[in-house]
Amino acid sequence: MKTIPLPKTNMDQPTTTSTSAEQSAAPAMGSAVAPRAEIAIEMQNLSAWYSKNQVLHAIDLDISAKQVCALIGPSGCGKSTLLRWLNRMNDTIPGARANGKILLHGVSLLDPTLDVVDLRRRVGMVFQKPNPFPKSIFDNVAFGPRLHRIYSRTDLEELVEESLRASALWDEVKDRLESSALGLSGGQQQRLCIARAIAVGPELLLMDEPCSALDPRSTASIEELIRELRATYTIVIVTHNMQQASRVSDTTAFFYEGKLVETGPTDVLFTTPKERRTEDYVTGRFG
Amino acid sequence: MTSIAARNAAEISQRGRLRSAAFQGFFEGSIKVVLTALTLLSVLTTIAIIAVLIEETIGFFTMSDHPEISIWSFFTGTEWSPLLGAKPLFGVLPLISGTLLVTAIAGIFAMPVGLLTAVFLSEYASPRTRTILKSVLEVLAGVPTVVYGFFALTFITPYLLQPLSTSFGTYNAMGAGIAVGIMILPIVCSLSEDALRAVPQSLRDGAYALGATKSDVTAKVVIPAGLSGVVAAFLLALTRAIGETMIVALAAGGLAHLTANPSQQVQTMTAYMVQIFLGDAPAAGVEYRSSYAVAFTLFLITFIMTWTGAIILKRYREEYE
Repeated sequence: MKTIPLPKTNMDQPTTTSTSAEQSAAPAMGSAVAPRAEIAIEMQNLSAWYSKNQVLHAIDLDISAKQVCALIGPSGCGKSTLLRWLNRMNDTIPGARANGKILLHGVSLLDPTLDVVDLRRRVGMVFQKPNPFPKSIFDNVAFGPRLHRIYSRTDLEELVEESLRASALWDEVKDRLESSALGLSGGQQQRLCIARAIAVGPELLLMDEPCSALDPRSTASIEELIRELRATYTIVIVTHNMQQASRVSDTTAFFYEGKLVETGPTDVLFTTPKERRTEDYVTGRFG
Repeated sequence: MTSIAARNAAEISQRGRLRSAAFQGFFEGSIKVVLTALTLLSVLTTIAIIAVLIEETIGFFTMSDHPEISIWSFFTGTEWSPLLGAKPLFGVLPLISGTLLVTAIAGIFAMPVGLLTAVFLSEYASPRTRTILKSVLEVLAGVPTVVYGFFALTFITPYLLQPLSTSFGTYNAMGAGIAVGIMILPIVCSLSEDALRAVPQSLRDGAYALGATKSDVTAKVVIPAGLSGVVAAFLLALTRAIGETMIVALAAGGLAHLTANPSQQVQTMTAYMVQIFLGDAPAAGVEYRSSYAVAFTLFLITFIMTWTGAIILKRYREEYE
């Protein structure tokens, strides 16, 4: 029996599996110095434009594997743009361009000859507003696997179940997999979108303010899910909510006007920031 | 500047409301009366038309000098020859088959072409190309149907159909059907395009983020999500094709006979009515009355189609909501 293709694909370069990053449960309250983790994504001198408008200025940022990295900053600071370059979603926007380097396993993601279909299979994305397809719950999760034909027919049901379990939705929907996804609540829809992204076996999950359209209870369930998913996936999350960043992330990067102001372990950045502007922002003095 | 506001406030407190309540009440009331009257106008027109149709149709079936005409013989008769021969025959099936044949040809041509054009306009074309193509389609929609009629007669049939097969006569169902198809193309296209463009961008983004290509997104997300609108566009266009008159009166011929052969000439229900009302059939004669029965049949067909369409749409919506 074929195993369900959850990550560990190591396609381009064999990299050693991270063992040093075995995290204990409490993310924020741990030691001040986070253990040195394997680098999942490396950004060097990354600048980005929409037409003539420069939105990112020479960003250098490493994102550690199997950790949650939060991108924070006031609206228009470029954090969503950065996220959308990590899976080349900006390709769909006319006039969007970038230079510098984004490396995933040593492969440049900005390479115009890169197979973006494969990239997006390996770098999943969850959007601000839940966007399930107007199809059944099952068909939503099976959409990606069917697209990439990465299942044998008998595996599909198992893959859907596993993805829904991983996104903590299985128990709520197992009896109505064939009913429309649009009948789910907002929080359930967002978890369905996470299951849909997981089903194609990504290594990275990008989340663009995944809770901003949800009520507090659904937000709590998504945050709990993010903490669980960290064991398997590298997660980059854009958020406007300081508490959320401190609750779910291991490292935080603060952006202001297209520049990376400060980055570091979340507890350090929130308690003893080096930069004045970071302190002002995380304490709510502006933004 | 505040002095004006202050003056107004003073005036209001002095004289009460500037517009008297009585005038306001009268004004609002009369607006409602006018709007209701205008709405009633269209409702009454519809009722009047249906009433005339029914009355004349009953008159046709109960003519004392034609006891052979019955509802049964009308709807099951396979011969329609009201003007020729010693004994006129009124079996409506040839007219229905002619109408459906022309409509089917038009649909087979216009639905795929229109939908694919809509897909191109909505998903692939640049904004500039879209603007240009949409204005071309608007021109197409503005062409009088009589022009399509002689286009079928003088171009489609002699230059496209007759070179393919000598069996095509000057008047034939195929040429008329294609011309009707071209006529309904803008309807299919612009309504389908509206339906496709109404599919939220967030669904496209969701599919792209899973590694879908543009054709995946179009075929597996956009078209299924916009399907109810596309089906509605098809139904509206087909209803329009069934009722089309000028093209078929010019190009389909005038011989009513039961056939599914598109190279033959056929007569549609609408073309028969034109023939009767333009020809010298005496008013109140049996031919004259028969056209009302035909009109009522046509009305029933389009009514059933619209109704079915509404039911189909409702099904789809329930599935998606």
